[in-house]
Amino acid sequence: MQTGKSMDKRMQPSGARKDKSPLLRGLAFGIVFGFLLQKGGATKYDVIVGQLLLTDFTVIKIMLSAVLVGMIGIHAMKSLGWVDLYPKPGSAGMNIIGGLIFGAGFALLGYCPGTIAGAIGNGSLDALVGGLAGILIGSGLFASLYPRLSRGILMKGSFGDMTFPRLFKVNHWMIVIPAVTLIFLLLYWLERAGL
Amino acid sequence: MEGNLIEFLKEVRWSSYAVGTGIGILSCFSFLISGKPLACSTSFAKTSGMIERLFSGKKVELKPYYRKIGLAVDWQWMLVLGIVIGSMISALLSGDFSWQWVPSLWAAEFGGNPLLRVIVALFGGVCIGFGSRWAGGCTSGHGISGTLQLAVSSWISAVCFFIGGILTANAVFSLFG
Repeated sequence: MQTGKSMDKRMQPSGARKDKSPLLRGLAFGIVFGFLLQKGGATKYDVIVGQLLLTDFTVIKIMLSAVLVGMIGIHAMKSLGWVDLYPKPGSAGMNIIGGLIFGAGFALLGYCPGTIAGAIGNGSLDALVGGLAGILIGSGLFASLYPRLSRGILMKGSFGDMTFPRLFKVNHWMIVIPAVTLIFLLLYWLERAGL
Repeated sequence: MEGNLIEFLKEVRWSSYAVGTGIGILSCFSFLISGKPLACSTSFAKTSGMIERLFSGKKVELKPYYRKIGLAVDWQWMLVLGIVIGSMISALLSGDFSWQWVPSLWAAEFGGNPLLRVIVALFGGVCIGFGSRWAGGCTSGHGISGTLQLAVSSWISAVCFFIGGILTANAVFSLFG
């Protein structure tokens, strides 16, 4: 069968050693991530849907405290020149519509792509049999429609890989400090409200 | 001291803040060591393409979206596999592991029929797969890694994930529950 051999084939010197260490590091990061998600209860349908029904605030507490710690750490390392940032490009058409479709699925499935992996590890068969198959089908469906979508709706209101510091033309700490303060106050308020 | 650590690892639940702090620190190490944000959903699209390639052959790799993301097991794919393993280790250590078709919150509202649960999970999964590709990320890639980088796309996406999720969950539970 005729295949596009010239496309996207990486040139590999014959007999070159393939460095497997990025794969092993990915696996190691995943093991810690999965361990933490399970300890937090975020691998459970009841906890995730409880958050969306606004009866259990575990998910938002985990996410906001992760964002708070990570935001300080990453921007400190960026100031030191240790890391590069990788903000994702976006547009109103991508992030609003895609976000709402994702949200509807989040409520029906009760897991997201990361936590469904954790749910499978936790023994959830609805995640393994129903949810995983669904995510694979939905992703494949998107890949088929991508040529049409990418020239239309996905480009509507495009703003590229914009970040808030660049948008407001300020040093990143001018955004990090207020954002961290707001997140801290929100978490404090959640605790005070007994949620 | 060692005994305390083992007891801690065997606990069923940790405080949400301890877990969140751990994920925040993990995220920093991920940028520092691997130069990558923690993210998951693209791996599902790669897997979908790799499965399609098994049936339809190499021409699948020429689909524009798969050319863009590449159909190979990579760092992020191994991260997702690691999540399954890490979660299982945690659950087995604490005795929290159990095979379960129908979660209890679902069963209390909609009954214990596994088929209904699987069908709705499948449909929800389709929306998650489709929506995460449309938005360019999921609850980890946009919701945690993107928001902590102060990316505009990620803050909009994360807010929309929760608006869509809260509206849908409340509608489904009040209409059918």
